[in-house]
Amino acid sequence: MDTNLLQNRIKKGIKEWLEVLPYIAIGLILVFVFVFYPLFKNFYISVTEYTIIPGAESPFVGIENYKQIFNDDKFYYAFRNSVLMVLVTVPTQIIFGVVLAYIIDNARKGKTFFKTAYYIPVITSWIVVSYIFKYIFAGGKGGFMNYILMNLHIISEPIGWFQNTWTALAVTWILSIWKGIGWCMIIYIAGLQGIPKMLYESAALDGASEYQKFRFITIPQLAPITFFILINLTIGAFNSFIQTYILTNGAPMNTTHVMMSLMYARAFQNFEFGIASAMGVLQGAVILCIIIFQKWVIKKSER
Amino acid sequence: MRDIKKIILYGVLCAGLLVTFTPFLYMITTSLTKDTYALPYPPNVLPNQFYYQNYIEVWQSNNFNRYFLNSFFVAITTMICNVFISSLTAYGFAKFKFPLKEFIFKCFIISMMVPGILNIIPQFTVIQSLGLVDTYTGLIILYVGSGIAGSTFFLRGFFEGIPKELEESVTIDGGSRWTIFHKIVLPLAAPSIGTFSIFAFSGAWDEFFAALTIIKTEAKRTLPIALRMFEGKHASDYGLIFAASIIAVTPIILVFIIFQKQLVRGGISEGSIKG
Repeated sequence: MDTNLLQNRIKKGIKEWLEVLPYIAIGLILVFVFVFYPLFKNFYISVTEYTIIPGAESPFVGIENYKQIFNDDKFYYAFRNSVLMVLVTVPTQIIFGVVLAYIIDNARKGKTFFKTAYYIPVITSWIVVSYIFKYIFAGGKGGFMNYILMNLHIISEPIGWFQNTWTALAVTWILSIWKGIGWCMIIYIAGLQGIPKMLYESAALDGASEYQKFRFITIPQLAPITFFILINLTIGAFNSFIQTYILTNGAPMNTTHVMMSLMYARAFQNFEFGIASAMGVLQGAVILCIIIFQKWVIKKSER
Repeated sequence: MRDIKKIILYGVLCAGLLVTFTPFLYMITTSLTKDTYALPYPPNVLPNQFYYQNYIEVWQSNNFNRYFLNSFFVAITTMICNVFISSLTAYGFAKFKFPLKEFIFKCFIISMMVPGILNIIPQFTVIQSLGLVDTYTGLIILYVGSGIAGSTFFLRGFFEGIPKELEESVTIDGGSRWTIFHKIVLPLAAPSIGTFSIFAFSGAWDEFFAALTIIKTEAKRTLPIALRMFEGKHASDYGLIFAASIIAVTPIILVFIIFQKQLVRGGISEGSIKG
């Protein structure tokens, strides 16, 4: 009796698959070939001394690549910089994003205009904005930022922004924040529209001030959205890349690389694919942890 | 009191606009300035000359018009393939029942979180073993392949929102699933498919690293790679870089402004995977 049931179930399953297959086949194949398979291939490459030339041998080296990574100062710099990128840019974007969203949501006129305007950096390509910032932070007296800071008497000598590790990192942070605020703002505006107006009205009856309304109604009501933004920005910042690649590409002395730019340099400039893939696997592990943490928090809050 | 509040409100908004747009303005000004190998002192944020020669030089030099067309071709083809394949796939996931459906879909979602660049090495080897290195086909198939999971996720939501009653009326008239798909689902989802098309187009238009890795022949390059060619080893002519940049970003910004109502809304779901 049981085997019969199982057989029927399998038959039904196969029938359902045959029905849906014409619709999803191409999509499944593409995702498999270009996303899932590469994910696993990454593991394989990371334990070999990989040669990209077709037909050439790629000897198995075990955890040798991973060992090499951990014995390399460049990796520690890159890891530190990736973490700093998250710690500096994520909270800043969230704070500016929520304040802007709140102000725009309260503005009577020009809502659409301001929303569109603030969103333009988000849609402008990374490579273009990176060049703009490279130019704004050019060294010498004629550099735009140096000129302004000198005229405001904040600095007395022009700064060589990209000659120094910390100023170079600061520029990549400023760029990331500048480009990302609009994205936060848009999502927060959507979130604000979901807050019941009644809450504000009853608070107003109780004589709550504007600040109190913001602090005790808006912020708590936005908590789920903040969490969504927080996770997305964290993953995004951890994967940040083009700004570093264009602005510094690691200079000076490989101290400004982030994980992704170091990985790219090792793969396509030094042709150390095994080591680069091992870095990729480590990066993937970190992202997986973030996703699992996210799931865990959501589950907990639903209970 | 009301007025003061209003002034502060709009004051902050305008200060924000200043920070947002000064870099763009500076870019435009520089693109209209002659001889920008050396930094002009003092720097000009507002244009004080109108040296449009940079634009002419960019358009004609280094095959730039060719790169523009390359990007256009790659982006349009990517968009069409992506929309076609992902609407079929999304329909399958939205309206069919089959074993492992939710599991596969969850894998799709997880794969969206993984940054594209992480997969670039194995993806490159796939393209290599297909013999598609240095071809548009290789580049397009990579863009479509790595975009399908996200777009399926995006479109499934819209397809699921289409009421069952509409589909049932087709079934009563003897229509098949396929009829439902192209007579009911596609037309109803047209706005979201349109929004999504623009995202697919601009994604391919802006993409940098896959294009850098896969395309070798100079004449086949796309715009983002071409922009980088204007950057010299020692001194860069920023007038040219920015003229080229403006030519490259204008189409996307125009489309965004024209369709901004829809895009901002769509951008929220699209934004669930922020690159």
